[in-house]
Amino acid sequence: MSCFLTNSSVGKKLVMSITGCFLVLFILFHMSMNLTMLFSHSAYNAVCEFLGANWYALAATVILAAGVVVHFVYAFILTIDNYRARGKQRYAVTVQEKGVSWASKNMLVLGVIVILGLGLHLVHFWSKMQLVEIMGHHAALVEGYEVAATNGAALMMITFSKWYNVVLYIVWFAALWFHLTHGVWSMFQTAGFANDTWYPRLKCLANIVATLIFLGFAVVAVYCYLVSTPQLIESLLVAA
Amino acid sequence: MNFTLKIWRQRDAKSQGAFETYKVENISADTSFLEMMDILNNDLIHAGKEPVAFDHDCREGICGMCSMHINGHAHGPSQAVTTCQMYMRKFEDGSTITIEPWRSAAFPVIRDLVVDRSAYDKILQAGGFVSVRTNSVPDGNAIPIPKADADESMDAAACVGCGACAATCKNGSAMLFVAARVSSLAKLPQGRVEGARRAKSMVAKMDELGFGNCTNTGACQAQCPKSISIAHIARLNREFLAAKLQD
Amino acid sequence: MAYKLDAKTPAGELAQKWSNHKAAIKVVSPANKRKLDIIVVGTGLGGASAAASLGELGYNVKIFCISDSPRRAHSIAAQGGINAAKNYQNDNDSIYRLFYDTIKGGDYRAREANVYRLAEVSNLIIDQCVAQGVPFAREYGGLLANRSFGGAQVSRTFYARGQTGQQLLLGAYAALNKEIAAGSVKSYPRHEMLDIVIENGEACGIIARNLVTGEIERHGAHAVVIATGGYGNVFFLSTNAMASNGSAAFQCYRKGAGFANPCFTQIHPTCIPVHGTQQSKLTLMSESLRNDGRIWVPKKMEDVEAIRKGTKLPSDIAEQDRDYYLERRYPAFGNLVPRDVASRAAKERCDAGYGVNETGLAVFLDFKTAIERLGKETIKQRYGNLFDMYEEITDVNPYEQPMQIFPAVHYTMGGIWVDYNLMTTIPGLYAIGEANFSDHGANRLGASALMQGLADGYFVLPYTIGDYLSKKIQAPKVKTDTKAFDEAEAGVRARIERLFAIKGNQSVDDIHKRLGLIMWDNVGMARTKESLERAIVEIQALRKEFYKDLKLVGDNESFNVELEKALRLEDFLELGELMARDALNREESCGGHFRSEHQTEDGEALRHDDKFAYAAVWEYKGIDNVPEMTIEPLDYEFVHRAQRNYKD
Repeated sequence: MSCFLTNSSVGKKLVMSITGCFLVLFILFHMSMNLTMLFSHSAYNAVCEFLGANWYALAATVILAAGVVVHFVYAFILTIDNYRARGKQRYAVTVQEKGVSWASKNMLVLGVIVILGLGLHLVHFWSKMQLVEIMGHHAALVEGYEVAATNGAALMMITFSKWYNVVLYIVWFAALWFHLTHGVWSMFQTAGFANDTWYPRLKCLANIVATLIFLGFAVVAVYCYLVSTPQLIESLLVAA
Repeated sequence: MNFTLKIWRQRDAKSQGAFETYKVENISADTSFLEMMDILNNDLIHAGKEPVAFDHDCREGICGMCSMHINGHAHGPSQAVTTCQMYMRKFEDGSTITIEPWRSAAFPVIRDLVVDRSAYDKILQAGGFVSVRTNSVPDGNAIPIPKADADESMDAAACVGCGACAATCKNGSAMLFVAARVSSLAKLPQGRVEGARRAKSMVAKMDELGFGNCTNTGACQAQCPKSISIAHIARLNREFLAAKLQD
Repeated sequence: MAYKLDAKTPAGELAQKWSNHKAAIKVVSPANKRKLDIIVVGTGLGGASAAASLGELGYNVKIFCISDSPRRAHSIAAQGGINAAKNYQNDNDSIYRLFYDTIKGGDYRAREANVYRLAEVSNLIIDQCVAQGVPFAREYGGLLANRSFGGAQVSRTFYARGQTGQQLLLGAYAALNKEIAAGSVKSYPRHEMLDIVIENGEACGIIARNLVTGEIERHGAHAVVIATGGYGNVFFLSTNAMASNGSAAFQCYRKGAGFANPCFTQIHPTCIPVHGTQQSKLTLMSESLRNDGRIWVPKKMEDVEAIRKGTKLPSDIAEQDRDYYLERRYPAFGNLVPRDVASRAAKERCDAGYGVNETGLAVFLDFKTAIERLGKETIKQRYGNLFDMYEEITDVNPYEQPMQIFPAVHYTMGGIWVDYNLMTTIPGLYAIGEANFSDHGANRLGASALMQGLADGYFVLPYTIGDYLSKKIQAPKVKTDTKAFDEAEAGVRARIERLFAIKGNQSVDDIHKRLGLIMWDNVGMARTKESLERAIVEIQALRKEFYKDLKLVGDNESFNVELEKALRLEDFLELGELMARDALNREESCGGHFRSEHQTEDGEALRHDDKFAYAAVWEYKGIDNVPEMTIEPLDYEFVHRAQRNYKD
């Protein structure tokens, strides 16, 4: 049972499908969490506190990290397989086939951009929040401010007060959008839950999910950039 | 019409290949692509040169023998036809046409545009059949089959085994070919009996022969001369996973 | 030395012959089957089904095909369907009726017993194919659907869209794959048989060329089965696949196997007309189109001219100005007359000047009435792929304008002579499917070729071959280092070297096209004494030219398509002459063989049963010598021979 997930093409793809599905669900959760920022900074901080270095949050983090690693490692294994299967001699002329999306042919590139963005994101936020708590501290120094590990709202305001961070994140979200427009319907296909009737529906669903995620994240980043002022940041730090 | 042809020439599997450029002139628009190749070859023979080797046979789009990659398209720029069914009126007069053999690790070049597709035979030998003996079968009408199922089975069975799916796939995956066979038999009660065994053994053989992994780009379906849907790949995935989960 | 032909037709009542025969012939025990080797050449419906069935029985089988996979054999291109006497439509069909239609369709030039057996096993074929997972067309109730075909007044044709041959072949190929996987069959794709090896008067193996490496190989066996199809490509332009050839059968003929009725060629009425000199082959439009399509030419010459000039479209011609000549001449069968009749009727109209394209060699096949009656959707469902194919080739939309069609060479009823066991005049050498001459007489009905290939391969040969092999159970493995193999291989090598040594100026295709023209003009749809004598002279001259002026490039030690084609053309150049000789000898008209001197007042084929109720079996006497003819009388015990009547 364990072997077909590692030694058969369809099994390996199933691993991509399941881990991908898990990551999409996590992202949707993360996005809804972020959206609380738009309504109440203190509510957002309450969520941050709830998801600090508690045992359940830590366990979830480990599982999540495992999901990312497996998805990523399998992507590389599959890509290497596929590269070999293509043969040494390549076509001199290639085209984009009708009805074939650009994203579907560039999933690895998009995935790498997503991973790089994730790295940046971990440095920006996770290392200032959950990691701080794991290390037994309570606050970190960000851009000259002493920010408490549970003060996500302040951290966000500080980070997104810089325009270049907003741009970087939007590029990151865009890559994720492309990745998901193919990934979301593709995971149904790989698991075998698709047919000609459902392709239009699944592709529509994929576009909706991808767009929702893009907008959900982007709107918070842009909102922070627009409202962020030193006074606001100060007041958030004090409130905590 | 006149054309410049850039054609891959390679003496045998071991030799190094390269593109050669030829010109063909006064081609009628009603000439089929392969007839245009015949004309080129006859010219080459008269010039004392070796003609371009290419696979072809029925020239009616059903034997699956022809296999050219033309201007970046498997079977050329027309949709849903094989190379032999493409006519020169589809090309711009005076244009340059690049013709390459199928490129896939599992399809080594034999000569020029001819490749070895025996890997597809091997996959079918691994289980692409119903194990019935000659003459020990029930009456043809003994098991009614819903028309929709028979039609869907036929959709998949239309595969001509030309290799365009694996040749066009950026991953060199043969999933559409394998799926067509598995799906065609899975839709019929006669094929259901061995369904699980078939899906497992054919996928295993496909993997063993060095074909790549499907990433659902759908390029195979776009280039398939019989427009076989990737819905059959979904069914293959389902058949395979269901079979494996019962092991 | 003339042949002593024994057809081995079993005695008894027609319906009992096959059962009696099966009961009488010997069988080989499973333990002994394992010791016996069989070579099958060709992997179409006949070869694939035979090899699969023989492998399943326990024999060691080797199969050879010239294409890259057994699945490519030209059986795959059969579109319309396969006949069987199932009577699923309750239209009073029966084995006898299928037998009768077939023997009448063949213009009473086939063996009664063989044809009855064919009709008898036809039902088993459908069952077998359904069990293999062939997706035949079905009705909403889930049962098998049927359509009508020419020469029959019942609906008995089973089909899988317009791809019946493909689906049946994939079924047989799957059965073959099952045996290849089991190890009982070994497959040799891209191999061409170049000679048959005979030792002590019995077939004991073949010499084959590996088409990829050029290697000449020896393969020994206790029996050899030829299933290499027909030789229609002697005409250069035909509906056959480009690589279809008569060479394997011709090598058997050269080595002493009798060749029967070589002149019986089927000209199929519904092909896309020739459009220029660069054309490589003719495309068939399935006979099934005649179910709903109506064939016509304009009644008035001025309309013909207007259509040719393009000043009028076919759809502009009013109903009363159209001559639906098949419906006019043959009210009972209408557009569904047999192929030879439909082809000749088209030729008659075109000869009278009513041909509707620039060359004057085309008639219309019109779906206007059917579209009005059934709606475009229904027509699309039935023939969509054929309509698409037509449009792709001609750039004309057949939903709006009628198709243009013209007859083209399609099938050869003649072939290697075989007895009731399908064995040739050489013991141990069998011929099945289109390669033999047995079942279709002078004309084959539509949807019967698939039937015969599978009948021979699945249900006849696996039994009858045991009768011969039961005598071989003590025989050791065939050795391939014998004098017979040495000589055969040396002969093949010499043949190849000779062709390379010519170094002339004409390519294989140049000469083949000229042969095709000679054949079409003189040995085609209508033949006369003069045309046939002219053909013989011209072919002989062309053959001499071939040996002087052939230009063959490349070498033997590699993949060399030109060499393959040259070897096949060399055989066609002799086979064409043999066809002309046979046609010259047969001074009557029957089925596909139409001698203009012999016709009724209304232009129908006129048989002379008193003189020609026989199969003409030819024996090779050397390349430039006249072959010797032996006759096998065709005695009709059960059917009364009559003038074929499709009028009422």
